[in-house]
Amino acid sequence: MQVYLPIAEVSVNAFLLLGLGGIVGILSGMFGVGGGFLMTPLLFFIGIPPVVAVATEANQIVASSFSGVLAHFRRRTVDIKMGMVLQVGGLIGAALGVVVFNYLKSLGQVDLLVTLCYVVFLGVVGTLMFIESLNAIFKSKRTGGAPAPRRQRGWVHALPFKMRFRTSGLYISVIPPIMVGIAVGILAAIMGVGGGFIMVPAMIYILGMPTKVVVGTSLFQIILVTAFTTMLHATTNYTVDIVLAVLLLVGGVIGAQIGTRIGVYLKAEQLRILLALMVMLVCVKLGLDLLLMPNELYSLGAAGGH
Amino acid sequence: MSIPLLRAAALVLCLLAGLPSAGLAVEEEVVLGLSQDRVAITADFDGSEILIFGAVKREAPIPQGPPLEVIVAVSGPNSPVTVRRKAKRMGIWVNTDSVLVDSAPSFYAIATSAPFQEVISDTEDLRYRISIARAIRSVGAAMNITNAQDFADAVVRIRENEGLYSLRENTVAVDQQTLFRSAIDMPADLTEGHYTARIFLTRAGKVVSSFETDIDVRKVGLERFLYSLSREQPFLYGLMSLAIAIAAGWSASAAFRLLRNN
Repeated sequence: MQVYLPIAEVSVNAFLLLGLGGIVGILSGMFGVGGGFLMTPLLFFIGIPPVVAVATEANQIVASSFSGVLAHFRRRTVDIKMGMVLQVGGLIGAALGVVVFNYLKSLGQVDLLVTLCYVVFLGVVGTLMFIESLNAIFKSKRTGGAPAPRRQRGWVHALPFKMRFRTSGLYISVIPPIMVGIAVGILAAIMGVGGGFIMVPAMIYILGMPTKVVVGTSLFQIILVTAFTTMLHATTNYTVDIVLAVLLLVGGVIGAQIGTRIGVYLKAEQLRILLALMVMLVCVKLGLDLLLMPNELYSLGAAGGH
Repeated sequence: MSIPLLRAAALVLCLLAGLPSAGLAVEEEVVLGLSQDRVAITADFDGSEILIFGAVKREAPIPQGPPLEVIVAVSGPNSPVTVRRKAKRMGIWVNTDSVLVDSAPSFYAIATSAPFQEVISDTEDLRYRISIARAIRSVGAAMNITNAQDFADAVVRIRENEGLYSLRENTVAVDQQTLFRSAIDMPADLTEGHYTARIFLTRAGKVVSSFETDIDVRKVGLERFLYSLSREQPFLYGLMSLAIAIAAGWSASAAFRLLRNN
């Protein structure tokens, strides 16, 4: 069944979009990532204009994250206080990101920026997470399942403005969470992603939060940042395609529910290593696109960038 | 000079002018029919086929010589297009040069009754801007860009691959040099606007008559509503998108909880 998208002005198969939404939704629920880092490139691939894909994906992430976070609220694995602090940074970052996005769109370099961001961030995060989770798995085998001692007293603990985060069992400065929030907000606006793939490792390795609250808190924070991004794209670029969003999110929210349940049965290290592998796979694919000579050297855009 | 006298003089002039060159005045005229003069883009729009049929009206018998040929050209609204070219910089492929093509139709389909080169001469094509390459206008290439023509060619190539531009020879059926019909496929990825259908009758590569009519392509119903809302009330549109997202997220969560509890 073909559906004509009113904003993207292309006709696409509805079941294809529902299916994509479902698969990405499952991953979203399992890993606590919005799934945007997979969905946005997939949307480019099926012919949705990049500016529409980025803006609409932000809207879709709101839905899948909201669906996911409700399950985490019931299990009390959301650190609301930490989420709010991250949020402050996130909103600043999202506003900055949309400004940068619009500027580069007028230069015709927005595709490059988006792809480069993906390659760099996915590459670094994926590799680090992969190595770390492999180590964790080996260690837990050697020591007979005893948890690895948490590293404490890093540079994070030397900063002022300390605050107590009960759910996470932390007493740290608010500066690192705000910085993490800003970084994630910028990425949300530029890449059409929730930033979960940055947020989850940053929470674990920089902030030192326990893995069980990381996923719920990340989802919680992502909702507001992506909602803000959606509004910014809708009012400045008019590129949020509501029909596309609905098709993706119907598949997405159902997938997220299934994913959250699958996630319960997997160990934290296993979850992390799977996520790392997937992140690296997307990175390699996008990297090759930049390095290999494209089939079509030319591309068309609306005049004036807007 | 009185008005009737002026008329008479004009008539004589016309006759005089008409006599020596028999084919100059419009002897053969197009009478056209379209299966539809408007295309409605609905939510399940999946392309459309427009039947174009017509007859040649003439007062005199069919002229001797080469047979009548017909060209049908349907064109979408024109707009400027920025064409960017990638080049390898520091090991990766990035957009470097860009050229503004002043005007290119969003859609362009030509159907002819014989191979294009036989139907119309190059000079006539130049005059009426019929072929795909001629339908694109590019004059504003920057001085530092060599081979600007490559950029115009790229527009044609990319849009041909997307099915937006097409030249289909031998797809206009002509009967008895009088009746003709053809079908133009409109793809699913149409943009809105005023489309024009142009019909040319040619003999020996020369245009003997032409006719032009409008086809209105518009989004209707929900598509129209959403598109207008996103442009006129972007804030409301954004809030609506978010409300739908939150509602969908919540209902999926609630539905799955019910499923599990039962």
